[in-house]
Amino acid sequence: MLGWEFPPYFAGGVGTVCYELTKGLRKKGVDITYVMPHGPEHVQSEHVNLLVADKELEHLGIQTHKVASTLTPYVSQDEYTRMLDAYGTALMGKGSTIYGTNLLQEMHRFAAAIQKVADHEVFDVIHAHDWTTVPAALALKQKTGKPLVMHVHITDFDKTGGEHADPAVYKIEHEGFHKADIVIAVSNLVKQRLVEKYYVDPAKIRVVHNAVEPTEHNLQVKQEQISPGEKLVLFLGRVTLQKGPDYFLDAAAKVARLLPHVKFIVAGTGDMLPRMIERASDLGIGNKVIFTGFVTRTEGDQLYQMADLFVMPSVSEPFGIVPLEAMQQGTPVIISRQSGVSEVLKHVLKVDFWNVDDLASKMIAALSYEHLHTMLQHHSTLEIQGFTWENPAQQCVDIYNEVLSW
Amino acid sequence: MVNICFYFQVHQPHRLRQYSVFDIGKSDTYFDEQKNKEIMRKVGRKCYLPTNKLMLELLQQHPAFKISYSISGVALEQMKEYMPEVLESFKALAATGQVEFLAETYYHSLSFLYDKKEFQQQIAQHVSLVRELFGQTPTVFRNTELIYNNALAYDVEQLGFSAILAEGWDPVLGWRSPNFVYKSKATKNMKLLLKNYKLSDDVAFRFSNKGWEEWPLSIEKYTQWINSVNGNGDTINLFMDYETFGEHQWEDTGIFDFLQALPREVLKHPDNTFKTVSETANDFETRDEVDIHDYVSWADLERDLSAWNGNSIQQSALDELYKLGKAVKETEDKHLIQQWRKLTTSDHFYYMCTKWFSDGDVHKYFNPYDSPYEGYIAFMNVLHDLALRTKILLGKKGKQFDKHSLHVTSKPSSKVLS
Repeated sequence: MLGWEFPPYFAGGVGTVCYELTKGLRKKGVDITYVMPHGPEHVQSEHVNLLVADKELEHLGIQTHKVASTLTPYVSQDEYTRMLDAYGTALMGKGSTIYGTNLLQEMHRFAAAIQKVADHEVFDVIHAHDWTTVPAALALKQKTGKPLVMHVHITDFDKTGGEHADPAVYKIEHEGFHKADIVIAVSNLVKQRLVEKYYVDPAKIRVVHNAVEPTEHNLQVKQEQISPGEKLVLFLGRVTLQKGPDYFLDAAAKVARLLPHVKFIVAGTGDMLPRMIERASDLGIGNKVIFTGFVTRTEGDQLYQMADLFVMPSVSEPFGIVPLEAMQQGTPVIISRQSGVSEVLKHVLKVDFWNVDDLASKMIAALSYEHLHTMLQHHSTLEIQGFTWENPAQQCVDIYNEVLSW
Repeated sequence: MVNICFYFQVHQPHRLRQYSVFDIGKSDTYFDEQKNKEIMRKVGRKCYLPTNKLMLELLQQHPAFKISYSISGVALEQMKEYMPEVLESFKALAATGQVEFLAETYYHSLSFLYDKKEFQQQIAQHVSLVRELFGQTPTVFRNTELIYNNALAYDVEQLGFSAILAEGWDPVLGWRSPNFVYKSKATKNMKLLLKNYKLSDDVAFRFSNKGWEEWPLSIEKYTQWINSVNGNGDTINLFMDYETFGEHQWEDTGIFDFLQALPREVLKHPDNTFKTVSETANDFETRDEVDIHDYVSWADLERDLSAWNGNSIQQSALDELYKLGKAVKETEDKHLIQQWRKLTTSDHFYYMCTKWFSDGDVHKYFNPYDSPYEGYIAFMNVLHDLALRTKILLGKKGKQFDKHSLHVTSKPSSKVLS
């Protein structure tokens, strides 16, 4: 399996998904060698054979050349640089980074190094996650002739709200999707994108929805309040165009006019953050919106518990795992219909992201109608228990068996 | 001999529009008349008009053919408004003298469960409309969705009805067959007609189901099943939604051909008869007394009330609605009272049912909402506006609005939603 990240080493959302999926696969008896391009010296994992490609590369003495590029896997260039600093410092000491600054260069180094891995690893199927692994996956497929399963968590269109893609990224994605034997899409939304924008044959796409790992939750936890009698509405995610923080704030302003005792939290960071802080104050709700900046998973869980309502107004969300986390903490959620997760969730409220009035109206309803709130809370807590990684893992096993039977 | 008692339910609710929180206090347009019109015209074209035309032909061809209808007041209203030719075609059926109309609550409501006085008023309103349109005074009662128990039978007998319909559900019948006429427990002489759900649902639900072992259902086979009751039953009560013809079962399934052949095939056997509901109730001896304490209905697998009040949002919506009733009536404002009554229609609560996530898609039928929660939100928003207007109207009359008429559930919102 090829991925760009793996917890605890530089873990973003997709890294977490890879981690949980491989755990589920391991329980199904699948042996996995997980290769990521970079990492510290001695990586290890309990359930996969974790390898770092550049350590293999060093032994090969392969030279790579720099290519000018502003490509990044899941975040904007600014953020990428900032995160590199933060994680690099945390993991390897100040002043060093685990990843180079040029992504395309990294991808090609990864592709070169992976061939070395192939010399001593035995495997039947190549399972690769998202576009940054494409060159490596294709090199590996070419060298070994093993079937390739491309797992698509996000396309470049989603990062910009659905209308545009970076031509260089598009080209790599396109090649990967077309040369793969099977393409896994994390939702029908992604499948539709693959068919419409990348012209992938729908017959070779399989939809495998994500899941969420069971966690300790406690429905009685709502003790932490900012102040008694106040209600809290939470946005948690990257503050970028894709996540729709602006729609959240516009709706918040409408809610605030009717419900004076509600506060709003925007948790997370991103390139739109400064503009959002300004927008909140322009909308006259500067004193009602709290911007927390980056939060850890633990802090996130605390926020879910404190919140009376969680909102994910994403403009384009291939899947969207955060509402599942909120539901685990017993928090009712509103999600946009433009998210993959809305295909599988029932006990939630749904809106079109652009319909700010509807969003505000439903926020007010969920905060005001106690029976509605309780019932959403109750049913979504039950519903979420069905979302274990057992299901997607089994689907992947079925897909492996399918490609191996050809 | 075997008798066939056909009874059809005809009903269409006034569906609500997606009434938002921001409409409260600003708009008293609660119902989506455009959508209601579209649905009435669509069902009219696919079901009511062609089925009524066929029924009229059959009644004329076979003087022994008899059928019965219960058409809710809100359905009759909408026919009059959106498709008068449908109403005219029902009048033509009434004129044959072979068709009987039953009484029900005008608004197809659950008022028996929540407000007995309102229940009586809605029945009276329905009886008077049936009399006006069809020139008959109903003597047989059918409660909303066949909801039934002893207490209902008792009350309905007090109102002067002589027979009532219920689901022939095995767990409540025990060893009894639905193919006889019974007396309702605790009544003087209230006749109870029980639905033969197997033979009814063979037509209403399974007719076009290719996975069903009996598919395709030929008229010969069906008539054979009917004739086999001969000797161990007096009557087969076939109760179903009228929309079965052409709407639940599309024309291309052959449902109309089936219906067309039915009277002829059944009457081939000289001992077989067709009777309306009151004829069936009067012509057969009652075999036993049936004691049904807990409510039964014809809905879902449970045959209970859970389709309408099984979850807490349904219960809260019903509670709040009926709590508001007294204040609404005190305004003596006809329009307001009518709007409140349209909200009593059972469909609004059916849409809020969360069972349909697992219980098949019957609840989704003509359901204007994506989810039960959306249905609840629109309903509660409307109810808050109605409460607001009630308060204003009572204020003008110098009357007090009982603050507890509408229980507002959370502090922060009390400013808006009270």
